[in-house]
Amino acid sequence: MSGFLVSTKINGDAFQFACPSEETLLDSLRNRVGLTGVKEGCGTGDCGACSITLDGSLVCSCLVLAAEADGREIGTVEGLSDGMKLHPLQEKFIEHAALQCGICTPGFLISAKALLEKNPKPSEKEIRYALAGNLCRCTGYDKIVRAVQAAAKEMRKK
Amino acid sequence: MLKVGFTGALRSSVNGHAQVDAQASTIRELLSGLVQRYPDLAEHVDQGIAVALDGEIYRDDWSKPIPDGSAVFLLPRIQGG
Amino acid sequence: MSHDTSYTKQKFKLIGSRVNRPDGIDKVTGRARYGADASAPGQLVGKVLRSPHAHALIKKIDTTKAEKLPGVKAVITSADMPDLTGGNRSMLDILENCMARGRALYDGHAVAAVAAVDEQTARQALKLIKVTYKRLPHVTDVDKAMLPGAPVIHDWVFTSGVDPKPEKASNVVQRNQFGHGDVEAGFAEADVIVEKTFKTEQTHQGYIEPHACLATVGPDGHGDLWVTTQGHFHFRQVCAALIGMDVAKLKVTSSEIGGGFGGKTHVWMEPVALVLAREANRPVKLVMSREEVFKATGPTSSTSVDVKIGAKKNGTITAAAAELRYQGGAFPGIWGMLGAMTSFACYDLKNVQSVGYDVICNRPKVAAYRAPSAPMAAFGIESTMDLVAEEIGMDPVKFRIKNAAKEGTQASYGPVYGPIGIGPTLKAAQNHPHMKAKLRKNQGRGMACGFWFNFGGQTCTDLNIGVDGTVSLAVGTVDVGGSRASLGLIAAEELGIEYEQVKVHIADTASLGHNDTTEGSRGTFSSGMATIFAARDAKDELCQRAAKMWDIPVSAVAWKEGKAVAKGKRHNNLAPLTLKEIAAKSPNTGGPIAGHNEVVADGAGVSFASHICDVEVDPETGATKVIRYTVVQDAGKAIHPDYVEGQFQGGAAQGIGWALNEEYIYGDDGLLQNAGFLDYRIPVCSDLPFIDTEILEIPNPNHPYGIRGVGETSIVPPLAAIGNAVSNAVGVRMTHVPMSPPRILKALDEAGV
Repeated sequence: MSGFLVSTKINGDAFQFACPSEETLLDSLRNRVGLTGVKEGCGTGDCGACSITLDGSLVCSCLVLAAEADGREIGTVEGLSDGMKLHPLQEKFIEHAALQCGICTPGFLISAKALLEKNPKPSEKEIRYALAGNLCRCTGYDKIVRAVQAAAKEMRKK
Repeated sequence: MLKVGFTGALRSSVNGHAQVDAQASTIRELLSGLVQRYPDLAEHVDQGIAVALDGEIYRDDWSKPIPDGSAVFLLPRIQGG
Repeated sequence: MSHDTSYTKQKFKLIGSRVNRPDGIDKVTGRARYGADASAPGQLVGKVLRSPHAHALIKKIDTTKAEKLPGVKAVITSADMPDLTGGNRSMLDILENCMARGRALYDGHAVAAVAAVDEQTARQALKLIKVTYKRLPHVTDVDKAMLPGAPVIHDWVFTSGVDPKPEKASNVVQRNQFGHGDVEAGFAEADVIVEKTFKTEQTHQGYIEPHACLATVGPDGHGDLWVTTQGHFHFRQVCAALIGMDVAKLKVTSSEIGGGFGGKTHVWMEPVALVLAREANRPVKLVMSREEVFKATGPTSSTSVDVKIGAKKNGTITAAAAELRYQGGAFPGIWGMLGAMTSFACYDLKNVQSVGYDVICNRPKVAAYRAPSAPMAAFGIESTMDLVAEEIGMDPVKFRIKNAAKEGTQASYGPVYGPIGIGPTLKAAQNHPHMKAKLRKNQGRGMACGFWFNFGGQTCTDLNIGVDGTVSLAVGTVDVGGSRASLGLIAAEELGIEYEQVKVHIADTASLGHNDTTEGSRGTFSSGMATIFAARDAKDELCQRAAKMWDIPVSAVAWKEGKAVAKGKRHNNLAPLTLKEIAAKSPNTGGPIAGHNEVVADGAGVSFASHICDVEVDPETGATKVIRYTVVQDAGKAIHPDYVEGQFQGGAAQGIGWALNEEYIYGDDGLLQNAGFLDYRIPVCSDLPFIDTEILEIPNPNHPYGIRGVGETSIVPPLAAIGNAVSNAVGVRMTHVPMSPPRILKALDEAGV
């Protein structure tokens, strides 16, 4: 089994870990870095529960090899809040009851954040298409879309 | 006196009757009396049975009193999601 | 102690408000721990080898090479899981489903399992296990499985419920008949009779979190199981029995659960993890892949349903009959029976008969899926209702209102209804602005009704008051969709304190008495009831303590708005004592203050819903888009309206997926062809509109707050509502779900449209 030493920056902090060459970034983040907020729903890039940002781009971490993260910056749900202060998306997800079981929530938050960074005033349709790579089985997406709309409005105020 | 209705596969274990008369003051008394009369019913009682009293379904509480003249139905135990 | 469970018209301060859920922060920060998120020192990785055949004899399993691989700590087959069930066939079914016993019964059936130091080694070990199969004839279609020449899957299955008892084994487990009156006479009176056959395909609950657990068993027979489940007490009972452990020595902790919808009411692989852990004497983490979830856990039945309804020209139904054939997978189930029970439950019928058949096929063992079996029956019945309404020239909503069940109606499944909500939901649907909205070209509107039983069952809660006056509420019903917020509201309401003063926990099996599984829409209904009584128990104690603090008899103390007040002229100079003040003195007035309740929460109260749906069908491609959707449902009392709406919307969305896209596709080889979210497509955000909801509150007479379960009924009407909408849009009656683009194009072709 050949291995890699991967040097990354995760949620702003430098981090090194060793992993086998065939290991996905999802598995490394969960099992070697301890960031279990990154969820596995399918392992094939269909559900979006493992969404993270890699150098600012939205990716499914189950479709990225851990070795590919060497020298790059990773953003996960664990890095969304600023100390005690929640990100507006996190706040609005709670206020709008946009989660039931919550397993898909980390992925939705990361995807929604990526959307709002590019498009601060998305239409309902734009939100729905931007989040179409994230599966939620509990909510019917209604309250998720409303939470993202509310967060976008809140963020535009600042 | 109670009129006890049977539905589903339970009916075939009471010789095909849709309804029988019974005397009982609790669900436990009702079931033990019926099993004595219809031994084939025992298997269903063991597997789980639900009792509807005046429209409300009771699955577990066999100490439940049955008011005289109640409409009683025995149903197979049901599962939910 | 037994309490009066009847509805009282209590005035509420907090109930009905939309507070933040207590587990919200954990879930938006990634801290919440689900099934696969726990670890233990020295843990091993478990993996399961599964059958590549639909039906095969397992002639030999050679595990020697796998056992010799460095890093492999345990390899097990069914030989390591002996039958301890003492002749209980339904328990043996669970064991056999966890691990094949001499025969693989479906594509994906477990045949062996390993535990190894890491993922890579475990995977390699699976490849080193050599299984010699002899393929057997298989059957995956429900109607074909009932034919006389079909391969008989179990030689011990003899159809029950038929007279005379059959002498030959078959795939038909049981026949269940429900109904009353004389349907033949009823049909003879009818001016119009419509008869139609409907099919629905198999779907999966599709929870985003795969099954996962972390198991530990020591040589002393003590064990721990951390698992994603809807019912940890049930899992403890089943696992302990199947692998020969003492119930009290197995502690089961329910993790946060990433969706269940019925699929996590059943044990699938947890006994395997426990046996691996016992063999290796090390913790074993076993996590299913998505493919395993699809192939080997809980789909719902595929069905084939015949419906016949007769009515007078004035709209009165004179007779209704249905035969329902439900495929239950490789083991006996009760799904056809449930279909038959629910089929005509919305209507007040003089003559009604429904017959359900439960049928075995070479498919995974069917599990409950949200109001299990009711959606498929409703698809047939509610589609036929529209056809009859059309034949007699009556508005379909008016036709349903005319025949709706009401208080005093004998339900088609037997009992007589108390106060129920079908009439009110229909009237609300009829008056909803959605009904009057204009439709454009290629668009159609449909509506349908749905029924589900709802359960209560065994429940207990513990309410502990800290010395600072905050309250810890321990409940035993797993929170699948936000029930902790509702139960916190209930505890705060009863005690007269702030919601923020209460923290609700899901207790493990060692900390609380038995609680039934969170199924049958029972979570808030039953734990809500136990919480009310536990809080009242605590209030009695608080009054005792206040009496001690005041040195007056307890009979002179009452609890009002979160405070103990002294009654009577002699004591009215005493300032009320708050819960916080009494709690602060508790060490000196008798120690900790707690309330406790055990209850069998029966009388859950049946549930009804009416849905309205608009669709647009592209006649070129056959693709359907839902453009507007409205759910009207009776909640008894909505404790936390956000999460009630969430249940309505979530059930509707699952129903929409089922109606339009989702299906298990089996090849002629009996193998599942689409075991992944790419090919088994559940609705995504861009597929759906906002889903409007209207909550009706018709109090359940058997709950102090009037609560009815709300979790399941919302999945019942969508198949039919969308079926009616699509049929109205394209002008051709759709009879096969899902109404995927190829199926719609085929229907249009056949009708020459």
